[in-house]
Amino acid sequence: MNVVLLGATKGIGRAVARRLALRGDRLVLLGRDPEDLGRSAADLDVRAGRSVVAATVPCDLADPAGFEPALAAAAAALGRIDAVIVTAADFATQEALEADLERCRSLLTINFAHTVVFCEHARRFLLPHGGTLCVVSSVAGDRGRKPVVLYGASKAGLSAYLEGLDHRYRSAGLKVVCIKPGFVKTSMTAGLRPPPFAGEPAQVARDIVRAIDRGTPVVYTPWPWRFVMHVIRRLPRGVMRRVGF
Amino acid sequence: MTVSERQASPGVVAGWGGISTLAVEHESEDLERVTRHVPLTRGLGRSYGDSSLPPPGEPVVAASPRADRLLAFDDETGDLTAEAGYSLYDLWDTFLPRGWFTPVSPGTQFVTLGGMVAADVHGKNHHREGSIGRHVQSLRIRVASGDIVTCSRQQEPDLFRATIGGMGLTGHILEVTLRLVRIPSPWIYGQTHRVSGIDEFIRVLHAARDEWPFTMGWIDCLAQGRALGRGVMFAGRWATPDEAPRRPPRRLPRPTVPVTCPSWVMGQTVARVFNACYYRLHPARPRPRIFHPEAFFYPLDAIRHWNRLYGRRGFTQYQCVLPESGGAALMHELLERMARFGAASFLCVIKDCGPQGEGILSFPMPGVLVALDLPMRDNTQQVVDSLNEFVAAAGGRIYLAKDALSRAEHFRAMEPRLAEFEAIRRRWDPEGRIRSAQSVRLFGDRP
Repeated sequence: MNVVLLGATKGIGRAVARRLALRGDRLVLLGRDPEDLGRSAADLDVRAGRSVVAATVPCDLADPAGFEPALAAAAAALGRIDAVIVTAADFATQEALEADLERCRSLLTINFAHTVVFCEHARRFLLPHGGTLCVVSSVAGDRGRKPVVLYGASKAGLSAYLEGLDHRYRSAGLKVVCIKPGFVKTSMTAGLRPPPFAGEPAQVARDIVRAIDRGTPVVYTPWPWRFVMHVIRRLPRGVMRRVGF
Repeated sequence: MTVSERQASPGVVAGWGGISTLAVEHESEDLERVTRHVPLTRGLGRSYGDSSLPPPGEPVVAASPRADRLLAFDDETGDLTAEAGYSLYDLWDTFLPRGWFTPVSPGTQFVTLGGMVAADVHGKNHHREGSIGRHVQSLRIRVASGDIVTCSRQQEPDLFRATIGGMGLTGHILEVTLRLVRIPSPWIYGQTHRVSGIDEFIRVLHAARDEWPFTMGWIDCLAQGRALGRGVMFAGRWATPDEAPRRPPRRLPRPTVPVTCPSWVMGQTVARVFNACYYRLHPARPRPRIFHPEAFFYPLDAIRHWNRLYGRRGFTQYQCVLPESGGAALMHELLERMARFGAASFLCVIKDCGPQGEGILSFPMPGVLVALDLPMRDNTQQVVDSLNEFVAAAGGRIYLAKDALSRAEHFRAMEPRLAEFEAIRRRWDPEGRIRSAQSVRLFGDRP
């Protein structure tokens, strides 16, 4: 499989890229920092024991003008793109976002508007021959909640977009996979107190790769979150207002 | 995966033995960034005492395990360059199936390359291969000034020698280039047998030196009198392709100790029964067989969080090496002292060491090494003091990676090499920024 990854140098993306590299997929890494991309490419090549990274291409979610050229460069390096995986995103605590509205605007823009625009470009590269677009959203988008009002809203928008996209283009051969991780121990969440069922990136990566292979439209990971969110989604508004979750 | 092996509750940083401090761990894939303004970097936190804890005045420590990328591997020489947080557990998965392995392996695979270098770890093959420092080709270090320096035997050799076994006190280790070795198969061909006493043990260890690359012994340290120092001898080598099973070794299951146990679990009575059974489990005469490499190298890794068995107060390990010149008499004296204090323990390990490594503060020296787990009790400080007085007088030394309780005066008495180490350290860190809870306790650093 020929895969393009945006955000593969860190956290969940790094774990997904390693899993794909080990099973022999060919990869193109998109990311902000060329040097960091080079180090991740070396890591994947050494772990796989052969060259698996066809190219690394600078691409920043903050700069939509670069999306199309980056994907075109990836397509040129791979010949054809079978899957595009987006794990890159911005994160900040509710307190930090409330305190700095510019930071808030930027997070909402990157996590929703720019991610959607990136997906729209990716769709054009995937649709002619069919393929999979896998995007990491979050359980935070399933319900408006006190600790993640703003971040959650950006992910709620993203999840809604991904569902619509899947309905619209599945019959044309584009499979859209929306990943909803619960709390995962990465540097993004470093410093936060891990709740029960906190996951490791490697475990989440296994679920993501399986979802891509099967074309599962929505995946909660680690698996207990599926049941946790099943309950949360059904809680009456009055209850949600009272709990701190 | 590896990272979950750590016992992290937010706001608390702990050594493996349970000694802890209120502190924050800054962990990131970007080790260069998080090491900028902190006094210390820690890996997976498997040092037993306070080596990986920040000094009391600066409760922030960088954590390396997410910086785990491989940067280069040369399959002619075996030279592997990796970020310092890369663990032996990961190395196993990547390189064992390809016929490569670390030349020196400590008793757990949940260690990072950076931690291995900082403690200059040794393994069952110390008599042949020395400690890990001998196989390190170069290091990339963030020194106290904030600069990043590459050092090796040719380039900044003083910094290189001080960093090997320097407990992370010369700077933050960012990258390590280590020369891996080719192995004929991933399995171990080895043997075990009972040994009736300490004199025989030392004889058997010496006799096995030429035949076996891996040797070590387990001692029943509750046995006294004629049986003093009885135990089980382990010896092994990598199996040849003909001897080895065809299938690759699969990961062994690792049940976990879910909660911290009450302290009687590791008390005298249980230890006595366990030790007697364990001794009799092994054959009287050597019987060669094939060992799973994980079971051979890392028997303690078989149980996740085994440190919880020692209860709330935790435990420490007393690990020292006694010089060869002292002969078996020193070992007698040491074991008798241990027995006198009723220092009950399941784990007491003996190993003969080869020549001293080039690391200035490297632990092993030619002689016999003993490691003894001690549950923390009211008299544990006295036990450690008494053993330290004896070891210092005998010309031996202790292993900093295991130490939690030694006093500065005892450490100084054992370490004539300290002045050279401190001179190099001061040259790279005149303001004394890089330090740990242990260096405050033993080296006299400011808190």
